Amino acid sequence: MKIGILALQGDYEAHARVLKKLDVEYSYVRTPADLNGVHGMILPGGESSTLLKLLQQNGLFDALYERLKKGMPFFGTCAGAILLAKTVISPAQISLNAVDVTILRNAYGRQLASQMATGHCILNTTPLPLFFIRAPKFIDLAPDIKIIATYQGDPVCIQQHACLLATFHPELTQDATLHLYFLELVRKTAIPHF
Amino acid sequence: MNFNSEAWKVKVGLAEMLKGGVIMDVTNVEQAIIAEQAGACAVMALERVPADIRKMGGVARMASPRIIREIMDTVSIPVMAKARIGHFAEAQILQALEVDFIDESEVLTPADEENHINKHSFRIPFVCGCRNLGEALRRIAEGAAMIRTKGEAGSGNIVEAVRHMRTLNREIRNLTLLHDEEFVSAAKHLNAPLELVKWVGKNGKLPVPNFSAGGVATPADAALMRQLGAETVFVGSGIFKSDDPQARAHAMVIATTHYDNPQTILEVSEDLGEAMDGLDIRALSAGELLQTRGE
Repeated sequence: MKIGILALQGDYEAHARVLKKLDVEYSYVRTPADLNGVHGMILPGGESSTLLKLLQQNGLFDALYERLKKGMPFFGTCAGAILLAKTVISPAQISLNAVDVTILRNAYGRQLASQMATGHCILNTTPLPLFFIRAPKFIDLAPDIKIIATYQGDPVCIQQHACLLATFHPELTQDATLHLYFLELVRKTAIPHF
Repeated sequence: MNFNSEAWKVKVGLAEMLKGGVIMDVTNVEQAIIAEQAGACAVMALERVPADIRKMGGVARMASPRIIREIMDTVSIPVMAKARIGHFAEAQILQALEVDFIDESEVLTPADEENHINKHSFRIPFVCGCRNLGEALRRIAEGAAMIRTKGEAGSGNIVEAVRHMRTLNREIRNLTLLHDEEFVSAAKHLNAPLELVKWVGKNGKLPVPNFSAGGVATPADAALMRQLGAETVFVGSGIFKSDDPQARAHAMVIATTHYDNPQTILEVSEDLGEAMDGLDIRALSAGELLQTRGE
């Protein structure tokens, strides 16, 4: 099993550090050809508008879209979640339209509102560390979306089909709960060739 | 100095998000829109780009808060702004304005020739320039959450940026070879706090992201600095002092991401028009150098 990490811009190395610690094979994805042999994709934090520009420049946007259609598992954190949400507002921008949710960019405010907190996660009995950086917020969730983690009652990590979206940065904490859960999703997705 | 504190981690967290992107100097809303549309990961709001500061002389200060606010209201990417070295009151105003990052910058005229701002006392993260490891660690000790090598701003000449990045990385490599009993002497020579010197020796890198600035004028310059170890680049005068800012801004973004793919950089490097005018650093007098301000 090999995980691809979108490595155009942002904190992709932080995701790589987590996978390395978990002893999982990974490779950086910068072009459509880099997707060969990849079984699941991580879209990291960064600037979603920058990532979009870079994705559209070399056909990677379409290549990821195709993989999503085929059911490849994706894990998006912060900017990565913005790329995967169906609708993006504040301001509006296009997306890979994989998860039936609306996402509000910079929903808590600017950097002064960035913070570390803890939330509730259905995968754990202990509190989940949440690292918010200019974080977005999920609104208008489709009924079949599973809420994986909440912060003060608001959903901050959700799942639909094989896509996992978090508005925070588990890759910047020591808690690998969500990465382990995503790896399990990839293992369960028994499609041999993407 | 508590590098495990949540406040510190939240500051460095934003710096982590900017890695691999291009931070572009802009002086008005129109330029900010061009930068965002080209794929900049952040903009630096300032009154004049470094090349113009150099030309006009006089005292260069923090930009007008109104211009900064207009830019913040227009673009969705992070907005940075510059304060003069040691001018903590300018920094307080920028924090009240809620910019996302403050650059305590040698490009502006220093307000204090002895001391930098105590950046630990702010909630907004700071970036500071350096020419070598000692300078980088002194700024980190003061609370900088991101370091950029200084280069020579507004020169359009990459030679100083290369010198500073090579120096920094060589000094980091050297520390990794030391035995435990050699760190005190190393800290003395670097003029830097022992704890930070030890940390760098054990980890082989700075405890904060390390970007490059000062003289980046072409996509090839950006790729060069990335290959020399810069986690991303600041582009000051290089974009809006060139013939075709839109095309150049886009090319810089592509070259910074695909820095190890010359074919891709070649494709975006054609038809860019003229780059900004460049300066021979050796023809500048000591007083004209910006990099020696605030060591």
